[in-house]
Amino acid sequence: MTIKLLYFASLRERLGTPGESLELPAGVDSIAALRGHLAARGGDWQVFATSTSLRAAVNQAMAGPEAGVKAGDEVAFFPPVTGG
Amino acid sequence: MSVSVQQADFDVGMETSALSAGDDGAGAVASFVGLVRGEDIHAMTLEHYPGMTEKALAEIVAQAHTRWQLRRVRVIHRVGRLLPGDRIVFVGVSSSHRGDAFAACEFIMDYLKTRAPFWKKEDTAAGGRWVDARESDDSAASRWEK
Repeated sequence: MTIKLLYFASLRERLGTPGESLELPAGVDSIAALRGHLAARGGDWQVFATSTSLRAAVNQAMAGPEAGVKAGDEVAFFPPVTGG
Repeated sequence: MSVSVQQADFDVGMETSALSAGDDGAGAVASFVGLVRGEDIHAMTLEHYPGMTEKALAEIVAQAHTRWQLRRVRVIHRVGRLLPGDRIVFVGVSSSHRGDAFAACEFIMDYLKTRAPFWKKEDTAAGGRWVDARESDDSAASRWEK
């Protein structure tokens, strides 16, 4: 039951890693729950609880807090986009 | 291919010509080129989310096709380190009449700015600085939502 996590831009720098493979704990089945789980690591990871601007994508499609997360998914977190 | 994400520069003349080459039904070509503003930066680095970026751009182009009568669409977005004056993005649209080309070109840029996973980091005299998203970009995109 693992998922692939990716972090981009200022979030990647803040966390000091571009991503990780995460064993999905029981009960963590949505973006909101996953954010809570990551925030519980403390330190810089608390950004997952405190940031209101952080965006998420599940399997490379934008996803809201209620979006489901299941084993095998690719989940990305990043700040609002600034291309163009 | 209508969507490209690449480090390399592009030739605006060639890309614009290709939008109507061999297509007698094309009566209009509209294009937009975005550049790195160099007022107070040394350079800019564009990061993206490989895989999702291409999907997001293709989805935006598909939406444009459902809204307007378009013949060809071309989107090129550069990534990596760019210098002031460098081209960042090209959006080109061909259609039978100008209205569709103008509108679709603007729509694609507005949606690209708020939905495609690119992030700009400026290299300034004071060090690196991630560019903040602008509320004006959100309102520019939201005017198409009706």
